[in-house]
Amino acid sequence: MSDTTQTGPIPDKPATGDETGKHGEMLSADGRSLKSSLNRALRRQKLRALMLIAPLLIFVLVTFIAPIADMLFRSVENDIVTNTLPGTVEALDDWDHSVGEAPGEGVYDALYFDLFLAAEAKEHTKLGTRLNYEQTGLSSLFRSSGRGLDDVGDDYLDALEEVDERWGEGDFVYRLMTGTGPSETGFVADRVRVLEKMTSETLPGDVGFAPSEEIRQLLPATTLAYTDFATFTALVEEDVVAEEDPWEAVYVGLIEDLQTADVASYSGPEAEALQAAKAADIPLVPLKQFFADEDGDWLDPNVWATIQTYSPKYTSGYFLNAVDMQLTPDGISMRPENQQIYLKLFKRTMFMSLVITGSCILLGYPVAWLLANLPASRANLLMILVLLPFWTSLLVRTSAWKVMLQQQGVINDVLVWLGLVDDMNRLVMINNQFGTIVAMTHILLPFMILPLYSVMQGIPPTYLRAAKSLGATNWTAFWRVYFPQSVPGIGAGSILVFILSIGYYITPEIVGGTTGTFISNRIAYHISSSLNWGLAAALGSILLAVVLLLYWAYDRIVGIDNVKLG
Amino acid sequence: MSLVIVQPKPASFAAGVVAAFGAFFGLFFGTSQGSGILGIIAGAVVCGALAWAAVTFLREKETVGRWLFILIFAISGLVTSGLSGMVFGGLLGWLFGVITFFVASGRYRTAMPPYSTPGQVLWYYAFRTIAGAILVFLITPILVVMPLSFNAEDFFTFTPEMLKFDPAGYSLKHYRDFFTNSDWQQALWNSLRIAPMATILSVGFGTLAAIGLSQPHVPFRRAIMAILISPMIVPLIISAAGMYFFYSRIGLQGTYLGVVLAHAALGIPFVIITVTATLVGFDNSLTRAAANMGANPITTFFRVQMPLILPGVISGGLFAFITSFDEVVVVLFVGSAGQKTLPWQMFIGLREQISPTILAVATILVCISIALLATLELLRRRSERLRGMSPS
Repeated sequence: MSDTTQTGPIPDKPATGDETGKHGEMLSADGRSLKSSLNRALRRQKLRALMLIAPLLIFVLVTFIAPIADMLFRSVENDIVTNTLPGTVEALDDWDHSVGEAPGEGVYDALYFDLFLAAEAKEHTKLGTRLNYEQTGLSSLFRSSGRGLDDVGDDYLDALEEVDERWGEGDFVYRLMTGTGPSETGFVADRVRVLEKMTSETLPGDVGFAPSEEIRQLLPATTLAYTDFATFTALVEEDVVAEEDPWEAVYVGLIEDLQTADVASYSGPEAEALQAAKAADIPLVPLKQFFADEDGDWLDPNVWATIQTYSPKYTSGYFLNAVDMQLTPDGISMRPENQQIYLKLFKRTMFMSLVITGSCILLGYPVAWLLANLPASRANLLMILVLLPFWTSLLVRTSAWKVMLQQQGVINDVLVWLGLVDDMNRLVMINNQFGTIVAMTHILLPFMILPLYSVMQGIPPTYLRAAKSLGATNWTAFWRVYFPQSVPGIGAGSILVFILSIGYYITPEIVGGTTGTFISNRIAYHISSSLNWGLAAALGSILLAVVLLLYWAYDRIVGIDNVKLG
Repeated sequence: MSLVIVQPKPASFAAGVVAAFGAFFGLFFGTSQGSGILGIIAGAVVCGALAWAAVTFLREKETVGRWLFILIFAISGLVTSGLSGMVFGGLLGWLFGVITFFVASGRYRTAMPPYSTPGQVLWYYAFRTIAGAILVFLITPILVVMPLSFNAEDFFTFTPEMLKFDPAGYSLKHYRDFFTNSDWQQALWNSLRIAPMATILSVGFGTLAAIGLSQPHVPFRRAIMAILISPMIVPLIISAAGMYFFYSRIGLQGTYLGVVLAHAALGIPFVIITVTATLVGFDNSLTRAAANMGANPITTFFRVQMPLILPGVISGGLFAFITSFDEVVVVLFVGSAGQKTLPWQMFIGLREQISPTILAVATILVCISIALLATLELLRRRSERLRGMSPS
């Protein structure tokens, strides 16, 4: 900014600078060649312009463009399955859904420990809700199974406590799991990351626990369960690990590990208790069996196929849902007939926007013509009638229409009073398509009249007179001479009205009832009521694409720079 | 165009035209009394006869004739349906009086070339009637809301008392409710807290950027312009959804700051458009002249450039203010109950517990928009005057 005084006088000069450059060396005051000096000034000027624009550009990028980008991202983002059930997704990799059988024992083992951690962090219901969009029933499956996970561990603990009283104590298990020798700090860090992803929070701080390498090799499942317990206790609940009673999942892991572990050769802390537990030979309940008892649906291959289909981090599922298709394990297919609503809604939005645009043209054209052909003083007076609704709050106009169109409203009252409508059969003009079309035509009409008016002002009235003096009838003169010249105005107004109407939310929500709503009402519903944000984002992205396409057309026909207000 | 022939028309012609109008109004009168056809005939006969009599006997005394029309219609209105009937009848009488003498004197042809055919004359007036009806359609909803807001009952329609101009049918209770109800007052206060802040942000950033954009050499001008205008183009529901997702990620959802930032973003295109439009007519040699005389850039900006573009900046600011003040979709998603603005409260009122207080608020808002419209018009004139002074 400080160099305005130096570069101020230069902007109009570059052309002359080029001219004189051809004739040879022309030096500016500081001894450089004039050409490079001018170039430098030009550069500086560009930079200054950019510096002035930069704050706003950054502001808009952060407050507006980033949210739009985030919405586009959310329409494909799908990391909740891998984040909540990381082990299960990995174990499910080898499973082939087309065999038609439930996956093997290993998948259920992984599911148990994943689900236990998720249930503690209260994340499993979110996953259930997410998967429920794709297959109904999964939400309750996850919710009910999350509640029963403790039972199997409790049984094991009872059996273990019969062998040794200390199995239920926190510091005893802590000592056993910590062991001696080099410890697995990397493993703990991994599990912290898993927990962070699952809860979508950063969890700083020290866990205060690390299993020894030896114990991890000896008791892998127990170590996993105990490490999860330790990270959750230390980082989320902020308690001391050794003082808390371990989760039931730890005992489930222990009993599993004891089936195969060679504890006789282990000599770390509490080794003899471990050997005693092994010697007690507590019967193992296979986890597949456990889940099958919890809910038979866990043996259903379709459930697993759905989980597998939606396990990748990105999915086209939301977009497919938005156009009434679905992503099934066998590929893409149409939704059942009775669940197809979005294509219908898109079509209805398009149709009603077209009707609204059409009625705006029909109503706007005569008014614009009148305004453009009246003497300026009277045109300005009538212009107030157009501009006042334009400047009045949208909600004022919508409430006015609600008041007028109601069955006990002004229009019905007048019609009844005039005897045109029977008091018992008052017209239903609100909460249907008619209400939306009337109210939105009224609201958007100024957006049609204003561009039409500015185009018509530029058409010389002498053309019409010339056509008539050459023998054209009134209609021919209008249709062949005047109308073609007003088409740019119709185009500009139509695109403007159409763009505005396909994204309308407030008016259809209030006067549209169920049959007069637009796709935007569905987007709002998914954001605030059904909480299916991904689908809302996908619907929004499609709508945005349509609008940008129209906007591009508008730019082609009218040009962004020609947008005028009032 | 100076050649205008005004030929008085025979009484029968005027009577015929007025009879047609009479038939039209008679239809409604007839249907409300039970028989439409009878109404048409009666209306045509009565009005036609009145017009014939008026033209035959009072052709030269137009004022007296018109008053007679008003008097006759008002009295018959008073007899049939009281005070409101008198007012309505008086208006109707005025209309018939005007039409009768307008037609009879032949003045209706003055606006047209003398060679126009009767069909063209008919179309000329039919077209004006159609356009007038559309303008009525535009303004009626706003006009209907205003008297209804003074309703003494909690109805959304005119009560019989209101139609009789009975003072008991009118009251200020909905206004009282607006000014005493804590929900509405809180909403008003929130609106007044959010809109000015958003306006300051968008005007501050927007004016600077508009000055930058109107420099002769701006790289990527089109792309930058497209980004800056985008908040106006993208449908509000999409902006609202995106902002809801993004702001809840970064913890701005449901905060005052979040709503202000969102509204500022929505207001920016209006500031950019109005200020760049003003700068198109700005003469850059003025800043050079100021620099020449030793003013530094900041002095130049505030003493030379700013006063000249101020009307544009203020009208951009008004646009930004009204955008934020009227905005409901984005605040519905980005805000929480603590940021409930006036339009939000109206939206709730319309969707759930519809209360006539909304009409009082609506009337107040219409008055505000009339004031804004007047201010903008004054600013536009001032801007044109200022630009007219500077050589272009």
